[in-house]
Amino acid sequence: MIDLRFRVNGEWRSVRVPPLARLLDVLREHLALTGTKEGCGEGECGACTVLVDGAPVNSCLVPACQVADRDVVTIEGAGHESIQEAFADCGGVQCGICTPGMILATRACLAEWTARGEPCTEAGLRRALAGNLCRCTGYGGIIAAALRAHGGAT
Amino acid sequence: MNAAPTAVYSPRSLATALAVLADRAPVTVLAGGTDLMVELRTGRTQVASVLDLWGVEELRFVRAEAGGVRIGALTTITELRRQPSLGAWPLLAACAADFAAEQIRNRATVGGSLGTASPAADLGPVLWALDAVVRLRSRDGVRDLPIPAFLLGYRRTARRADELIESVWLPGRLPTERGAFVKVGTRDAQSIAKVVVALVASRDAGSGQVTAVRAAAGSVAERTVELASLQELVGRRPDAAALLAVSRVAASRDCAPIDDVRSSAVYRRHALQRVVCDMLTSTLEVPLEDG
Repeated sequence: MIDLRFRVNGEWRSVRVPPLARLLDVLREHLALTGTKEGCGEGECGACTVLVDGAPVNSCLVPACQVADRDVVTIEGAGHESIQEAFADCGGVQCGICTPGMILATRACLAEWTARGEPCTEAGLRRALAGNLCRCTGYGGIIAAALRAHGGAT
Repeated sequence: MNAAPTAVYSPRSLATALAVLADRAPVTVLAGGTDLMVELRTGRTQVASVLDLWGVEELRFVRAEAGGVRIGALTTITELRRQPSLGAWPLLAACAADFAAEQIRNRATVGGSLGTASPAADLGPVLWALDAVVRLRSRDGVRDLPIPAFLLGYRRTARRADELIESVWLPGRLPTERGAFVKVGTRDAQSIAKVVVALVASRDAGSGQVTAVRAAAGSVAERTVELASLQELVGRRPDAAALLAVSRVAASRDCAPIDDVRSSAVYRRHALQRVVCDMLTSTLEVPLEDG
């Protein structure tokens, strides 16, 4: 077991966990942050996406020992309500399992493009969100939502 | 997860990491976890103790060296995409662009990909085609191994239990050279290759003769393999028929594909031949013939 200290949604937290516990389980089981969902459990679907130091990662593949002293953002701390509202307004949400990961991946790529002054295009979004699978929407509503959120954010 | 490991070491320096390997071997080495975490969860791999390298910042670098570039083992695929100093090696960026997906690119590392030695790795053919040299470091010193001497078999490398993959060095490229990277999968993102090929070729501007060809392929044998048959193009001025012929020889002789969940041996040979022929045609700028 290790005493893991890391920042979650802006707050420093300490938990005692096995060093190779999945970040996904640490968030859900130890910190009761159940907004992060488990889909495939092997890095394929992106449902468990969280941000570590601002970068999207699959929390099912990140061992606890690798987030010591790092900054983690989950859907509970995502802020950016314009993205959530756009998803709701554009039909980007159906069953909701992929939604937390979609929103965090969307937030990360919009932030990156804004910082670099790069344009936000449909093709770019489809690439940036290629690691997030959705079995309901057919992606049209999700892409429309991300484009609208980008328009609203700049 | 199955039986928890007895110890996980998370050193912050290379010296400490090497000491762990020397004193505690055998230790399973963990970089970005995109392979090992899945292996552990499915129970395909059991580990006694683990050396977690993520905190060893000394292994995270890209720097010019000896006319080429040295890339630290912990460099992520995202960093390969963004590093401006790698602009002279466009094959790296081409490979990194469609490597899995953003979430994986942010964790998967150059050293991890090499160390795992998956026969389906995208990076293996690229590093082979670019004549990369792997640097292994132990407490006793370093060993530099070209990729063909490093990738020995299915998930098997020449790394000793007391060694770490420290970095990989790529020689500088010639301005006359052109490269191509092609991956055949079920979709652009997140798919493991059915066939993946990296190729670099150059020809003499005056005579038009091919001066060099180096190509390697993944997912067509138990490890990354060189398409050595293409060497017969060197010194020639091949036409489209010659490229067709040589690609057929390569797909016949240079690989040993199998049927598995992703594809069949027959399809893999067929795809390899077509992909190689196209890549030669574009990189050598050979005009297509009518009919």
